[in-house]
Amino acid sequence: MAKYLMLKHYRGGRPSENKTPMDQLTPEEWTAHVQYMQDMERRLFESGELLSSEALSMGGAWVRFDGEGRPPVVDGPFAETKDLIAGFMLLEVDSYDRALELAAEMSAAPWAAGKPLGEWLELREVMSAVPADVG
Amino acid sequence: MTPVESVDAAALRRAIPEVVGILVRRGADFASAEDAVQTALLRAVERPPAEDLRDIRAWLVTVAWRAFLDQVRSDTARAGREERLALEPEPGSVPQHDDTLGLYFLCTHPVLTATSATALTLRAVAGLTTRQIADAFLVPEATMAQRISRAKQRLVGIPLNQPGDLSRVMRVLYLTFNEGYSGEIDIAAEAIRVTRQLVALTDEPEVAGLLALMLLHHARRPARVVGGRLVPLAEQDRTLWDVAAITEGVAVLQSALTRDRLGQYQAQAAIAALHADAPTAAETDWVQIVEWYDELLAFGDSPVIRLGRAVAIGEADGPRAGLAALEAVGDDVPRYHAALAYLHERAGDLDAAAAEYAEAARRATSTLEQQHLLRRAEHLRPA
Repeated sequence: MAKYLMLKHYRGGRPSENKTPMDQLTPEEWTAHVQYMQDMERRLFESGELLSSEALSMGGAWVRFDGEGRPPVVDGPFAETKDLIAGFMLLEVDSYDRALELAAEMSAAPWAAGKPLGEWLELREVMSAVPADVG
Repeated sequence: MTPVESVDAAALRRAIPEVVGILVRRGADFASAEDAVQTALLRAVERPPAEDLRDIRAWLVTVAWRAFLDQVRSDTARAGREERLALEPEPGSVPQHDDTLGLYFLCTHPVLTATSATALTLRAVAGLTTRQIADAFLVPEATMAQRISRAKQRLVGIPLNQPGDLSRVMRVLYLTFNEGYSGEIDIAAEAIRVTRQLVALTDEPEVAGLLALMLLHHARRPARVVGGRLVPLAEQDRTLWDVAAITEGVAVLQSALTRDRLGQYQAQAAIAALHADAPTAAETDWVQIVEWYDELLAFGDSPVIRLGRAVAIGEADGPRAGLAALEAVGDDVPRYHAALAYLHERAGDLDAAAAEYAEAARRATSTLEQQHLLRRAEHLRPA
C-alpha cells in the first residue's frame, strides 16, 4: 500500500504523443476528453483509490518570509512560467504497478479525432511511515 | 459520563466479530449485518446504555438486530415490498467459532485488493469506525467509506461460513500491522489484538508465529524513534524495550516451534527473538540468525530475505563475506543501498559507505529513514 501523486503538466513536462494543440480541438473532442477524465475520477473515488484530485489555476506567485513584522515578499503573479503544473491526483493503491496502470489509463484520454492524447504524467511516491518491522 | 466509564470500548470491539456472525446466521446479509453492528457500536459510544453491561455481546446483538430490522423496514417501505417484513430472529442464536473465523476469511477474500481487505478487517473484525481507520491511514473519511462499501459490494453472495485461505488472512494482518501509526488508534496494537483472537480460533502454529513476530517487533517500538529520530536496532536503548511483550512473544513462539510445523512467520519471529534475547547488540547470536534466514529461504526465495541474510552474514563472518552475499541481490530491493553502505562502513571503506548512504537516502520512502541515512552520509564524509 502506498500513496502516489500523479502530476499533470501544462508546460515543462514532455510533449504528448498526440501533438494537436488544445485550441484546435472541436468542442465535441474537448467534451469527450473532459468526460473521460471525470468518469475515471468518479470511478477511482468510488473504488477508494482516489484521495483527492484538483485542477490548478494558471497564474502563480512566489512567496517568502521577509522578517518578523514585515509583509511577505511576493514575486508574480506570472502569466508564463517554465514549468506549469495543471493539476494533480493523490492516489492510494496496492502496488507501484497499479499506480502505473492508472497513470497510463489517464494518459489515454481521447484527444483530436478521438485518438489517445498520450500525455506524459509525472508519478511521485508519497513518503510514508517507517514500517513496524524496520529497526 | 464518558463512554469509557460506562462501557469498555475494547470489550465492545472484541465482541464485534461474533455479533456480525450471529446476525448473519439469523438471516442478515454480511454487508447489512456489518452496517447494523457499526450502528450499534456508535450508539454505545454516543449514548452509553445506563445499565451495567454485564453481557456486552447480548446488548450488541439486540441493538444491532434492531438497527438491521429498521434498515430492512425502511428499504422495504421505499421499494414498496412487504414480504421482507417477515424476517424475525431465530431464538437462541449462539456464537460459533466457525462464523468468527469465516469473518476473517471473508474480509480478506481474494476478490479484494490488499488495501480494501485491510480496511474491511479493521472495521468488521477489529470493530473500528470508518473515521478511526481513515485517521490512521491518513486518508479522507469519505475515501475510506467508499473503500469499505466497495469491498462489501464485492463480497455480495459469498457466504460467511466458507473455508478460506489462512495464509492470506495472515498476510493482510501483517500488512495492517506494518501500516505504522498515526491518529488516535494504534493500528499495530489492533492488528496484534485481532491476531491474538485468530490464534484462539485456529490450531495453526504459523498464526502463533505471526503473533510472536508482531509482539517482538512491537516491543522495540519505544526505542525505535527517539526525539523524532529513527534509531537503528544496534544503537537502540534496550532498557526501553517492552519486556512483557518480548516475554510473551518468545513464549508464543517456543510453543509454536514445538509443534514442528515450521513456516515463514515462525522463522521471522525466531530472528526477532534472537535480537530481543541479546543483552547488547554485540552479543547478538548472528550465526543462528543466518541459519534462520536459510530456513526462511526454504519457504520461498526472495530478494528481501537475501538482503537480510547478507547483512547477518556480514555480522557473523565479517563485512567482506556480507558484501559477497549481497552481490547476488538486485539493487532494486528496498534498503539495498542502506545495507551496502553499512557493510562498506564496517569494512572501513568510508567513502563508498558515504556515497551509498546518500544513494539510500535518495531512494528512501519514509522521511525518518531518509533523515537517518542523510545523517549517516554526513557523518562519514571527510571534513
